[in-house]
Amino acid sequence: MFLINCPYCGERDQQEFKAGGEAHIERPKQPTELSDDEWAEYLFMRKNIKGVQFERWNHAHGCRKWFNMVRDTSNDEIKAIYKMGEKPPTQ
Amino acid sequence: MTKNLRVKSSEYIDETNRISFKFNGKTYHGFKGDTLASALLANDVHLVGRSFKYHRPRGIMTSGSEEPNAIVQINPGTNRTEPNVRATEVEIYDGLEASSQNCWPSVEFDIGGINNILSPFFPAGFYYKTFMWPASFWKKYEFFIRHSAGLGKSPTSSDPDIYDHRNVHCDVLVVGAGISGIMAAKNAAKNNFKTLLVEEKNELGGSTIYENNEFNKIDNKAPSEWLKKEIEELKNIKNLEIKTRTSVAAYHQYNYLLARENLTDHLEAKDKTNKIRQRLLKIRAKKVILATGALERPLIFNNNDRPGIMLSSAVKKYSEFYGVACGSKNVFFTNNDSAYESALSLYNKGINVEALIDIREQSESKIVKKVKEAGIKVYWSHTIVDTVGYKRLNSISIMKLSNDGTSVTGSKISISCDCLGVAGGWTPAVHLYTQSGSKLKFDEEKKVFVPNQNTSEQISVGSCDGDFKIDEIIKNLNHKLKDALNIKETNLDNIKVEIDQENSKRNIWLLPSDKPIGKTKPFVDYQNDATAKDIKLALREGFRSIEHVKRYTTTGMGTDQGKLGNMHALGIIADTAGVKMGELGTTTFRPPYTPLTFGTIVGRNVGKFFDIFRRTPMNDWHVENKAEFENVGQWKRAWYYPINGETMHEAVQRESKAARESAGILDASTLGKIDIQGSDASEFLNRVYTNAWSKLAIGKCRYGLMLNEDGMVYDDGVTTRLGENHYIMTTTTGGAANVLGKLEDYLQTEWPELDVYLTSVTDHYATASLCGPNSKKILKKIIPDLDLSDENFPHMSFKESKIGNVQCRIMRISFTGEHSYEINVQASYGKDLWEKCIEAGKEFNITPYGTETMHLLRAEKGFIIIGQDTDGTMTPIDLQMDWIVSKKKYDFIGKRSLYRSDTMREDRKQLVGLLTDDPNIVLEEGAQIVSELNQSPVEMLGHVTSSYFSPNLKKSIALAVVRGGKDMMGKKLFVPMENKNINVTVANPVFYDEKNERLNA
Ligand SMILES: [Zn+2]
Repeated sequence: MFLINCPYCGERDQQEFKAGGEAHIERPKQPTELSDDEWAEYLFMRKNIKGVQFERWNHAHGCRKWFNMVRDTSNDEIKAIYKMGEKPPTQ
Repeated sequence: MTKNLRVKSSEYIDETNRISFKFNGKTYHGFKGDTLASALLANDVHLVGRSFKYHRPRGIMTSGSEEPNAIVQINPGTNRTEPNVRATEVEIYDGLEASSQNCWPSVEFDIGGINNILSPFFPAGFYYKTFMWPASFWKKYEFFIRHSAGLGKSPTSSDPDIYDHRNVHCDVLVVGAGISGIMAAKNAAKNNFKTLLVEEKNELGGSTIYENNEFNKIDNKAPSEWLKKEIEELKNIKNLEIKTRTSVAAYHQYNYLLARENLTDHLEAKDKTNKIRQRLLKIRAKKVILATGALERPLIFNNNDRPGIMLSSAVKKYSEFYGVACGSKNVFFTNNDSAYESALSLYNKGINVEALIDIREQSESKIVKKVKEAGIKVYWSHTIVDTVGYKRLNSISIMKLSNDGTSVTGSKISISCDCLGVAGGWTPAVHLYTQSGSKLKFDEEKKVFVPNQNTSEQISVGSCDGDFKIDEIIKNLNHKLKDALNIKETNLDNIKVEIDQENSKRNIWLLPSDKPIGKTKPFVDYQNDATAKDIKLALREGFRSIEHVKRYTTTGMGTDQGKLGNMHALGIIADTAGVKMGELGTTTFRPPYTPLTFGTIVGRNVGKFFDIFRRTPMNDWHVENKAEFENVGQWKRAWYYPINGETMHEAVQRESKAARESAGILDASTLGKIDIQGSDASEFLNRVYTNAWSKLAIGKCRYGLMLNEDGMVYDDGVTTRLGENHYIMTTTTGGAANVLGKLEDYLQTEWPELDVYLTSVTDHYATASLCGPNSKKILKKIIPDLDLSDENFPHMSFKESKIGNVQCRIMRISFTGEHSYEINVQASYGKDLWEKCIEAGKEFNITPYGTETMHLLRAEKGFIIIGQDTDGTMTPIDLQMDWIVSKKKYDFIGKRSLYRSDTMREDRKQLVGLLTDDPNIVLEEGAQIVSELNQSPVEMLGHVTSSYFSPNLKKSIALAVVRGGKDMMGKKLFVPMENKNINVTVANPVFYDEKNERLNA
């Protein structure tokens, strides 16, 4: 059970949060210009790596804000947490 | 007549408090302070159970939670009965009853014992090999396994006890109150760390508290005496909370631990009532200090499982702590010095010790000399090759070990004995440590796995870190505490420790016998009856991974998770396969460390608290009027209102007719309601719905369809424009929370530039939906001032008004196809609104209807229900709802996906109506649809999604999804059922009032 440091509320139990998949996948601004393959790349393709992964999380049972997390999936170490729109930390 | 083996008064046993209890129906006596195991041993009862596979008689083996054999059923036949309890952990009380498990008809005579004689036919993997084939025999096998295994019996009535959960936060959590745990907790608390010390037993001090080895001294005192003083001082320390009878079951990441606090299990029945029985502590600790100790290992030799064969340390604890001799003729079998401590402990109490068998060539420590001086015979370089005694050990045979330890030589010596204490060395209890994700390494010298790489703020101290001698423990504890707590001094700085203990140990994982291995039974896992022979067989059959060998032989898979024998299993695998133990790794220790009751896990979340449910403000009226309820999401919704014993079908037919012929009323309060405000509210709706919203006039309503980004229909509902920058959106009942979440996600992450604010107001409003040709007249009676003319208040429009003094929002919208109004008031006025409608509607025979009738009425109109007629694979085009998809809008959620080649396929499943050729046959929802009957295999074209008998049309109607259904209008299809084939015809899904004339009726 993680202890997650919500950038708006502080440290809270994982139970209050919802995981939202890979981070930094921006919705295309002009979807109609995209080929089927390009759209499918946005729509379906997600990384699922063993190691350092960038993820979206939502403080669903708290402030309801979305934020980003850098997590090592091999040992669940949370390496960084930052707000939506902020640049990911460089490793 | 049973013997009394109580040898001396112990300070932990209150001999003035005599306790009577029953075991297997027979009454025994013990004293306050006894465990069930110690009390039975005092009565010379060793035989307590039968093993799982061979049903071999088994006795008490240990004195703690690692017990594999003495597994009993507590208070059988009562609602408090509990199976799989370790007799070594049960504190006795007056009236306690316990019985053996795993045996039928009795532990003395067990029919399953035949498996022991047949054991050559029960090798490793027996279950996998035999019971897999033929598959049709599985039922018979299952019957056989279940009847002969008998893993205890679960209670048949509900649990009378209360269970609790509590969140605990502390700076330092110390697990285990042996010498290391106590000193760690003391120093942490004294340095102002908020400290919690938990101990699974009911007394503090671990094994040091009864440590009377005269050669070990702390500050010139016996370690037990020294520790008692330290414990005495704990009482006065602030910041320190101590919880005994509390065992940590799980250690998760980020120092989150679950512990079970046992509060009433040791009390008599009359004292258990109305108290919390067990409490689950959910602990979040800044630092964790593991002081979980070490478990003594047995030795693996032929027939090492007979009742009377115990761990040497257990024999010592029973004598020192409980004042019980485990036998009258005791022998010890060892590979290290610790059995000598046990032997001396017995000797000092006048308990007869016949001999020690030591597989080492010699040891020179003082304690060994002392044993020899006591006149106890020591057989050096000897091993036990066999044991005799079916229900109780009565003799052992020993032989000399060869130099390499792989065979025996010379002649056999038989030694008569009724108790054998076995000492195979100590294994650090690293179970919790590994659960936390931390990694072990193999210590070649000590032949054990020890903590190596910590993943969280934790340290391991004492014997769980591989320190087995008191001087090592104190020294290492001191510097580890200073590091971990960042403190300069501790009360361990000036402690003087004297010790006499040799580390010399001869490690042989599997001891040889004079018989070939195939003819021996050296048990490695007692509970699951896995022998060294089975492990070797698994390796011969090609298994290599330790995890595979474990599953194939079931080693370590019992309720004790093989706490005693895991190291031997690894050792035997390593020896046989010729690899190093460190390379093999260990099997995974999974939570819980010891079993938890279901009660502890669920805590207070039982009965009506099991799953939360929501009730509408009108709920009391529905209950008073005998509604049947249905669960929708977490809501309790009125399903139908039976009158005079009507069936659901009869009630729904009546309700549906009334709603169309005169007036009906539905509680629609559960629909999700989201208040949307902000200068970009219209643009936002444009992006989330498939249709256009910018031009919707203030005071108008519009139906909207929401897609997922993959183009599939996600939710629907009517949204009303309340003002220039103000809308109220309704969602489906079940989808409300998810829709809000999805909208918030887009707003926060994709479109943060939009000025839009979302608020869930589902609970703030109560909604009554009034429908039918007389609905207008009823509303007129309630709000006489409101102009209800079609000109002023047309279909799909909204009015704000007042019922008396109560503000209300009225939408003229319809989910039934009838003229209808949805009246919203502040939730607290909901029941009042409902009763006013019922009162005003009396003269029109207003009929309350539930969700079932609502479903029927909308099906007559061909309106979809998200989640019933759709399943996450339907586009609006598939639903024949092309009209709602804007061609003009540049983008909306899911738009691009509607032009993917796959979503544009003509032969996708599409929503159609189905009419049965025989109008009285109602199709089953979920029934499959085919176009050919005499073909095999035949393609399933689709399935029925909604089906009813329509009282208004006097025939059966259905909605279905059918491959390419759009172009099949009028086509004959078939619905094959178990006993008949039903002929159907594809039809327009709008069955009733195709021209929507009734909306303005
Ligand atoms: Zn938050």
